[in-house]
Amino acid sequence: MATITSTIEPASLPSRLRPTSDTVSGRPLYYVVGIVLVILFLAPLLWSAWKSVTGNEAGGSGSGLGWDNYARLFAFGEGLPTYTWNSLFVAFLTVFGTLVISTLAGYGFSRFRFPGKNVIFVLILAILMVPHPTILIPIYKMFAMVGLQNSLVGLSLVMIMFQLPFGVFMMRNSFEALPRELEESALIDGCSRFQAMWRVLLRLTVPGLVTVSIFAFVASWNEFMAALVLLSSGKVFTLPIALVNLRSGDFGSVDLGALQAGVVVTAIPCVVLFLVLQRFYLAGFTSGAMKG
Amino acid sequence: MVRSWKRSDLVGLVYTGPAGLVALVLFGIPIVVAFYMSLTDWPLIGNPRFVGLQQYQAIGSNDLLMSSIPFTLVYTAAATTAFFVVALGLALFVQDAKRGVGLFRTAFFLPSVVGVTSATLLFYAMYNNEYGPLDDLLRAVGLAHGDVDFLGTQGSAFASTLVLTTWRYAGFNMLLLLTGLQAIPKDLYEAAAVDGASRWRVFTQITLPLLRPSIALMLILTVTGSLLVFEPFFVLTAGGPDNSTVTVVMAMFREAFTKFDLGAAAAISVVILIALVILNSLQFVALRKED
Repeated sequence: MATITSTIEPASLPSRLRPTSDTVSGRPLYYVVGIVLVILFLAPLLWSAWKSVTGNEAGGSGSGLGWDNYARLFAFGEGLPTYTWNSLFVAFLTVFGTLVISTLAGYGFSRFRFPGKNVIFVLILAILMVPHPTILIPIYKMFAMVGLQNSLVGLSLVMIMFQLPFGVFMMRNSFEALPRELEESALIDGCSRFQAMWRVLLRLTVPGLVTVSIFAFVASWNEFMAALVLLSSGKVFTLPIALVNLRSGDFGSVDLGALQAGVVVTAIPCVVLFLVLQRFYLAGFTSGAMKG
Repeated sequence: MVRSWKRSDLVGLVYTGPAGLVALVLFGIPIVVAFYMSLTDWPLIGNPRFVGLQQYQAIGSNDLLMSSIPFTLVYTAAATTAFFVVALGLALFVQDAKRGVGLFRTAFFLPSVVGVTSATLLFYAMYNNEYGPLDDLLRAVGLAHGDVDFLGTQGSAFASTLVLTTWRYAGFNMLLLLTGLQAIPKDLYEAAAVDGASRWRVFTQITLPLLRPSIALMLILTVTGSLLVFEPFFVLTAGGPDNSTVTVVMAMFREAFTKFDLGAAAAISVVILIALVILNSLQFVALRKED
């Protein structure tokens, strides 16, 4: 398992000067406490994974290992493949849209002066200040007028909008951290401005891009309220909506076994994505938006 | 300089245009529409009718909403305190580089990448007495006797939700505070050690004051998020028992999508918006003044 390390290491200090429990001869105690805390934080996830492959009858009775919970989840409603596909569609469209729009805007805000710059920037940041339901109710009506109701594309557009403040702020800071000499030499070599950004600068903003992508993926893959408001038919439900419907018990009693299988299926992509990319993610987290 | 960076004023607009357009169409215009809707009687299906400030006047007599306000405030106070204490403890615990600390950080952060709805459904199952292990665990360690009803009373439903949200959000807030801890210059600690300062003095005189920007960011995010809390209660308690755990956003949501009264819901959401803008401005002013 990859772990959070290199990116936010403090400067090395003689151990006796460190301001924490390391100064006492408490090393064994430190690890005992640490392991207890790790168990507390991971136990719910491990319990869910375990229950998803045991207790194979609806309602959680029965015993032995098996995939029956997953089989019932697979067949629930419109079927697990439909819900997974819908969630993937929204997540990928949101990540793609957020990356393109935030990168262009981040570059524009960091390198140009133009009329209306502050107005646009404040408008984008103001998205953070406004409760989602305040925007969702009018959007629900507006989408109905233009035929985007009950549409995964419509949901993705809303998710891109919600991701903009973080994405633009993050990418602006990422570009601002890069010296302008980098582009100047590319411009001398005959690159256009866009080529200079695309070929020279972009690879240096990878931590920012990864952080924005993870935020966008996790947020859109898991979004509940916007999906609940904007989607109305089973064919287009995303995983979180389908799971809450599963919990509501279409079959009378609640199928908690299939529900745990659903929790696992929904959690795994985000957990894996984070474990694989956490070095970049934390570098972006430390150097980018959070210093603002 | 080979070229002037202000070569063309309009190039910047081309780059920022798409973001500005999305913000305008999906954010700016909806806000204006929300204000307009709040002045109408607008059923979910059918035509709107202008009613002036009636929807705002009706807010005071909306009992569900009125009782949701103190409940949401109490939750916000409790959640902010719990997240802060746990996140600060975790951040201090993992701030130094030593063997295994990366594993600790990863483990504490991991719940933050699980969706709030998934996390809530997970705890819903854990709180089920026949299916979940928690009641047995509590009895085994002597903290409970007989049946435990995790969602049966307002108090227990509140506490159960708070445990869930603390588990879900502590790691993210830990990372925010850890970023601030790492930014504190190490020579301050060295100087304090040379002066023979106690660890408590180092914490109160150096760590806490210099951590304030990170603490401020964490508090603003947590207070705003908690005032707007929706999924944990909507999914875990469904507002029960007897509507005793309905939050403000849930009350607004019911107005729109259970009673199909979009005008009333828009009026509530405008009031929430104004309250939040005032609150956030106050928080910013307070922070700036202290700096």
